[in-house]
Amino acid sequence: MTESKTNMVDAPEGVVGEGFFATKLNDVVGLARANSLWPLPFATSCCGIEFMATMASHYDLARFGSERVSFSPRQADMLMVMGTISKKMAPILRQVYEQMSEPRWVIAVGACASSGGIFDTYSVLQGIDKVIPVDVYVPGCPPRPEQIVDGVMKLQEIVKNESVRRRSSPEYQELLASYNIK
Amino acid sequence: MALETTQIQEKLVANFDATTFHFTQEKSIFSIEVASDKITAVLLFLKNDETLRFNFLTDLCGVHYPENESNRQFAVVYHLHNWIDNVRIKLKVFLDGTTPEIKTVSTIFPSSNWMERETYDFYGIHFIGHPQLKRILNMDEMVSFPMRKEFPMEDGGRTDKDDRFFGRTIDNY
Repeated sequence: MTESKTNMVDAPEGVVGEGFFATKLNDVVGLARANSLWPLPFATSCCGIEFMATMASHYDLARFGSERVSFSPRQADMLMVMGTISKKMAPILRQVYEQMSEPRWVIAVGACASSGGIFDTYSVLQGIDKVIPVDVYVPGCPPRPEQIVDGVMKLQEIVKNESVRRRSSPEYQELLASYNIK
Repeated sequence: MALETTQIQEKLVANFDATTFHFTQEKSIFSIEVASDKITAVLLFLKNDETLRFNFLTDLCGVHYPENESNRQFAVVYHLHNWIDNVRIKLKVFLDGTTPEIKTVSTIFPSSNWMERETYDFYGIHFIGHPQLKRILNMDEMVSFPMRKEFPMEDGGRTDKDDRFFGRTIDNY
């Protein structure tokens, strides 16, 4: 077993002694959440194709604990919106977001999901942040898999440093209320 | 013997009032402008006549001409195809700008059902007698008919747009 090259994440800051390790609950929970983010791909166009490459063996999002793509919103932690969202699609995206259980995070992948992209037109939603809160924006049209991986790593940083109490804080409730999400 | 355009013209004039039509050859396609109240009768005749046999409706769509006089603001275009002789023709009907409406042809060509819904969706042209005239591509809540020229193409909700980068300001600074 000594020859195995298993990579492990570093332990959080804490007090180490013989037979014990003391740290903050926040850090442990953050560590666990950040390294097993289950993605829910909401792929509508070319950014979704880049995501397929991201999930496949060459770029391998599994290295970051996200190998288990959840197609059920109930079990997913990280909603990845990839592609143009038309206004007709917006209520469906919103419903998917509402079906996810807390804690939940959202990555807007690509120009269209972030701002509407080149589709400055009557039928296209001008960025998904018009209907749901977004944590990480990945630029690009479409972004390369490296960029998507970078976006996931940025989200991991957010998740690691998020307080376990954030989701019940008044600020977060206010944020959801501003989107009219219960 | 192939079906000649003169033959189509003669047949139509013989069976309908000549004032119903205005014939033109537009590039490679024979085009007929039809009076709006005669469209169903003309299509039915073109489809069922033994020599004409225009059995297939290739396309149906709308056009908005805001520059035209008020009774010719909208057009509905029908593309017909005779599969047996492989001949295509185009029919064009002009409609009034304030109340654009025309009889449905979905009873003659069932394929026009969705195409008429699309034309209604984008131009607000009413097809009288259509079994289900409601929006097909755009969201139901939409209040505009987006392909009409008076409605803006661009979304007003765009927040990241800087007009300077699109050449929309006078001095671009």
